[in-house]
Amino acid sequence: MEQKKSIFNSGIYLGVDVGSTTIKLALFKDNELIYKTYQRHLSMIKSKVLGELKKIEPLIGDESFHLAFSGSSGLGVANEIGVPFVQEVFATSELVKAVEKDTNVVIELGGEDAKVIFFDHGTDERMNGTCAGGTGAFIDQMATLMNVTNEELDELSLKSEKIYPIASRCGVFAKTDIQPLLNQGARKEDISASIYQAIVNQTIAGLAQGRKIEGKVMFLGGPLTFCKGLRKQFVETLELSPENAIFPEYAPISVAVGAAIYSSKIKETFNVHDLISKVKSLDTKKKVTKTLDPLFESQDEYDEFLKRHSKATVEEIPISEYSGDAYLGIDCGSTTTKLVLISDSNQIIYSYYNSNNGNPVEIIKSELEKIYTLIEGRIVIRGSVVTGYGEELIKKAFKIDAGLVETLAHYTAAKHFNPNVDYILDIGGQDIKCFKIRKNAIDSINLNEACSSGCGSFIETFAKSLGKDIKEFAKLGLFASNPVDLGSRCTVFMNSSVKQAQKDGAEIGDISAGLSISVVKNAIYKVIREASASALGKNIVVQGGTFLNDAVLRAFEKELGYNVIRPVISGLMGAYGSALYAKTLKLEKSNLISREDLEKFTHTSKMVKCNGCGNHCNLTINLFNDGERYISGNQCEKGESLGAEHADVIQLPNLFKYKQEKFKKLFDTEVDENKKTIGLPMSLGMYDLAPFWKTLFEELGFNVVFSGFSTKKIYQKGQYTIPSDTVCYPAKVMHGHIFELLDKNVDIIFYPCLTYNVDEKNGDNHYNCPVVAYYSELLASNLDELKKVDFLYPYLNINSEKELSKELVKIFAKYRKIDAKSMKNAINIAKIAYERWKFDIKQEGKKALEFAKNNDRYALILAGRPYHIDPEINHGIDKLATRLGFVVLSEDSVDDIELATNLGVLNQWTFHARMYNAAKFASKNKDVELVQLVSFGCGIDAITTDEVRSIMESEGKLYTQIKIDEITNLGAVKIRLRSLKGVLDEKKNERENEDN
Amino acid sequence: MKRKMKEKMKIIDGVMYDENGDAVFTKECKKDYTLLVPTMLPIHFALLKSMIEEFGYKVEVLDYRGSEVIQTGLKYVHNDTCYPATLVIGELLEAVFSGKYDTHKIALVISQTGGGCRASNYLFLLKKALKKAGYGYIPVLSFNFSGLKTQPGFRFSIPEFYDLAKCLFYGDLLMLLKNQCEPYEEEKGETERLVNFWIDKLSKEFKNKKFRKYKHIKSNYPLIIDSFAKIKRSDEVKPKVGIVGEIFVKYSPLGNNNLEKFLVKEGAEVYVPGLLDFMLYSVYNNVIDFDLYGMKKLTAKVSNLIYKFLLKKEEDIIDAVKSEGTFMPPTLFSETLKFREGYISEGVKMGEGWLLTAEMVELINKGINNIICTQPFGCLPNHIAGKGVMKQIREKNPNANIIAIDYDASASKINQENRIKLMLSNAKENL
Repeated sequence: MEQKKSIFNSGIYLGVDVGSTTIKLALFKDNELIYKTYQRHLSMIKSKVLGELKKIEPLIGDESFHLAFSGSSGLGVANEIGVPFVQEVFATSELVKAVEKDTNVVIELGGEDAKVIFFDHGTDERMNGTCAGGTGAFIDQMATLMNVTNEELDELSLKSEKIYPIASRCGVFAKTDIQPLLNQGARKEDISASIYQAIVNQTIAGLAQGRKIEGKVMFLGGPLTFCKGLRKQFVETLELSPENAIFPEYAPISVAVGAAIYSSKIKETFNVHDLISKVKSLDTKKKVTKTLDPLFESQDEYDEFLKRHSKATVEEIPISEYSGDAYLGIDCGSTTTKLVLISDSNQIIYSYYNSNNGNPVEIIKSELEKIYTLIEGRIVIRGSVVTGYGEELIKKAFKIDAGLVETLAHYTAAKHFNPNVDYILDIGGQDIKCFKIRKNAIDSINLNEACSSGCGSFIETFAKSLGKDIKEFAKLGLFASNPVDLGSRCTVFMNSSVKQAQKDGAEIGDISAGLSISVVKNAIYKVIREASASALGKNIVVQGGTFLNDAVLRAFEKELGYNVIRPVISGLMGAYGSALYAKTLKLEKSNLISREDLEKFTHTSKMVKCNGCGNHCNLTINLFNDGERYISGNQCEKGESLGAEHADVIQLPNLFKYKQEKFKKLFDTEVDENKKTIGLPMSLGMYDLAPFWKTLFEELGFNVVFSGFSTKKIYQKGQYTIPSDTVCYPAKVMHGHIFELLDKNVDIIFYPCLTYNVDEKNGDNHYNCPVVAYYSELLASNLDELKKVDFLYPYLNINSEKELSKELVKIFAKYRKIDAKSMKNAINIAKIAYERWKFDIKQEGKKALEFAKNNDRYALILAGRPYHIDPEINHGIDKLATRLGFVVLSEDSVDDIELATNLGVLNQWTFHARMYNAAKFASKNKDVELVQLVSFGCGIDAITTDEVRSIMESEGKLYTQIKIDEITNLGAVKIRLRSLKGVLDEKKNERENEDN
Repeated sequence: MKRKMKEKMKIIDGVMYDENGDAVFTKECKKDYTLLVPTMLPIHFALLKSMIEEFGYKVEVLDYRGSEVIQTGLKYVHNDTCYPATLVIGELLEAVFSGKYDTHKIALVISQTGGGCRASNYLFLLKKALKKAGYGYIPVLSFNFSGLKTQPGFRFSIPEFYDLAKCLFYGDLLMLLKNQCEPYEEEKGETERLVNFWIDKLSKEFKNKKFRKYKHIKSNYPLIIDSFAKIKRSDEVKPKVGIVGEIFVKYSPLGNNNLEKFLVKEGAEVYVPGLLDFMLYSVYNNVIDFDLYGMKKLTAKVSNLIYKFLLKKEEDIIDAVKSEGTFMPPTLFSETLKFREGYISEGVKMGEGWLLTAEMVELINKGINNIICTQPFGCLPNHIAGKGVMKQIREKNPNANIIAIDYDASASKINQENRIKLMLSNAKENL
């Protein structure tokens, strides 16, 4: 700390930084750092502060000293005891100004905050927005998920060979990406590095927001001090030379040092003894404002509750006392692996439930070994079934007889407890699933969206971060007298709410109970979308690991206002259902891997990049000792056919593919050196009007060049210029498309502002959404690079030939004089091309419907916006659907058959009106289904989804919604589509039976 | 046409329903129904209430706070919808559930902006929520200036609209003066008392049609301004902070966690652009629609007349403030709209659109460099006109100290306050 010699005058200066997870102190006496600390406070803020003050009491003695608090949790304490407070980013810039004047940028990562401070041209400080949790706490969460310590995670990351794309917006998203990687057997080393890279990307995209991080960069805060791998990746990504990347020794306590510097500017001084007694007298109890009713009023009430739930049970007998036939069920979930062996009369003779520690294959192998030892020839396994995220991998690895969709597995099990079950709610580690049952068939399915997932494991991670195990943590919540109201949005928000509650002095028990209530509210109001409990059903069965937590179960019953059934084997339901299903297979002999083969069993995995198409998916190839392999990670048939198994897939009509082929042809343009080139960025509204603009500009004598379909690479090219991190993904990729066009050396880039979209006379009005309409304004504001070309974004009336012509003549006069007549002529030709394009898609739609009818296939409308055709935006959902046997239609291929009228909403957006029409059509045809594609962050879809749902349900049809974002994980989507297919098959069987 | 509508109407249990099954607020309802109105701007809405009562309605402006409103909102409104919808609908439903009202004798009022923003759908979300809660028989009234369909018993004549606009004139003036006095008042609470005094006095005046004449209103301005100028104020120098953003969270204490109060407590003076600006903006957009797209020539002509008329009224307020000389006057809208130039086109007209950008630049030009841009989490227009232009504003105005704050049912107050504190630290340093 040489440099700091000159910072302080003589005297004592103390900086205290209480962040969301840690407390930091820096005590200076006569310019020397005489005490420092960095430690987790485990939410016990008052006692930690007190403890630290006591530690430094002898160092300060009776001398008066300067003091300032900082940090998000420090604010409350500072106010209470009446000491100066300095906002932490401000403290950091104080430090930098005093110590490293020539610093250009500071990047500071804390427990839950991420900050970037630019020092050139006036200080510009950025903090992460409310929807951006991925920082120190994020690393903790991820380490927990992978079952390693933070240090191990760091070590692993240094040995990485490749980086996987992991959604960088927030922790929940990242988790959804990481879990399947773990399940598919990707190397932990690579995942660790990918986690760090996600943080790097998030910092750059979310905080720098268009401003380049360059020059001398200082890295501060705990994670950037302790995680070598993270430091390495920051330096590499930002391309910093060693002298420009500064990692000061005081990095972890930088805010505390900054606070100490700040204190030197304040006249007021303090006495340490007085301070200690002030902190002691702090009453932390009364301040929490938002509290809820306790879960249990008394021990008696709890005992009665336990007694009631212990009745829902399955008989268990020791395996040693059984001989005969047995059936195996495996549930390879996202965070846990469950395994059940049942007897001929459905008793459980063996069960296993545990975290899969990121390696389900090894766990199942050792479990099977155990089982083979225990059955000792007395018991014969007659069938085996696997369900869950890891289904395919496990099926292949251990030659399991069959795979089963999770929803059906759970229903099979629930029926065992209550044949009249009409509602099942399953909250697992990461998924919330709920399904309604009507007439013995699953009638509707709700799954949580990527954004609100992770609720179950969230409680666990949170418990761990407070140094408690989940059971202990849950127990504390049962009798908490003032549960905190933590809201019901995503877990990142809950983190902040917890922070707030801690600040207000809530006790751990109150937080525990509050979290349980939040998980429940999230399920009811966000996933199920019901306002009243009575709409759910009379016979509710709850299950999934999260319901093992009595606090969660109680919170659910309290919220509903009546009791539900929680089977004692709540966590094992998927596996138990699979085992029951295995029994119904009535196999002569199970194909399950034999004891001998199991001994020889080995499993290795390696990563390759698929070169089958432009997507270049990252594939994980799992190799087994017998030469079998299982490939995962691909988005299409090609990659999978590396495994040769799917080569015989029938090519079903797919309008998405058809449209993509059409676009490919459209993109294929010739460039004449003598003409000016106009570049058209392919995202948002361009997916609708591209044929119009292309024809028009070619008619006018320009070259036309497209940026093509989106790719991750294109997205990353423009990522750092995105100013609003909560906008939808299709808008975000727009930035990359601009760079793509710039790389193609175009002269002009064109994306017009269209307040009003094409008037198709379908609704009350014909607007575009604000983002589609005005995104060019944002691009012009935030991409300095656009100054290199002519960026044209005129406001146009696309519906009036006269107005359109007038405006275009004006705009293009600069390049060449075009008279009104030839402009109108060109517009007309373009219009014909556009109409022809649309007509052709509708024709193809009719053909596909015809095919479906003649070949007895389900037709599935993937209803979204035109830009959902982009393979990077839809992540290949269309291909997944055809693989499952659906004929795939787009909303605009069938929107001319029915007209949706008398809607419960203002039908005022052109693209959305198409969806309503398509839904109307699907609702009226028994073999046509609809799945709505929704981009995360699309505010308008909050309105359309409920409306499309009611259109579908008014005719008794299933409604399915799929939320998509940058996440590439198709696991959850697969479950949805497979469940949908399962339900349809069942319904069809029923109809056929009735007919017979 | 009209007869056709009538034929499709149905009467069940004394309530008339239209062809969509929505309860109709007939002219007869006017007599004995109470209109429940969610709050947005406390001063303006108090005045509006008094005025609408003069038109023969019973009105109650709601003031529900706390987590119940949010919880009820979340229960009945899609959780991804913007926060204002959650709050407004939550507040109205809380009132319906409260037992305080005969639910067969109330109607709910909700504002509808119209245009491509999803806010034009609030009305429909409220209707859906009511049906979901089993109160489909309560009529819902749309309050809008965009010509969207209104209920037969809830239509205002042009003079009545003008009378309502007068409440905004008063409201904007009182809000302006309050904001400039309160942080400096030597006797705590004096400003608020004076505000309440005027609300009371003006409300009483509304009863007399003569006092509703514009001439009288204009003559009140100097009296009002003088009375505020007489409040004893300290000459402390405090940082000025401007609040802009999405209209509801910008103004509503319920929406922005009492932002104004918080700022005053933290030692700042608050400046909030008036509601009249938003009205002028809405009217002016019809003019622009014609300029840009050649649409609706007649609407544009009428709008232009209204625009000029209202602009003159704003000028009167400004002149009154200026001639007294103590307070910083608002900026004339025709000046405000120029400030967007070089930043964003006037074609951006959804939500607050270009007005939001213009107001930020206007504030900076007024010397108010500290700006909080408020928006509901995920607000679509603000991606463009708020966060989207900040880089440019900062580049062209290096002194700008702007911060964007998202409001949401679950966004924690501590996060918001922490960021505001950062902005304030900078503001105080630049003082």
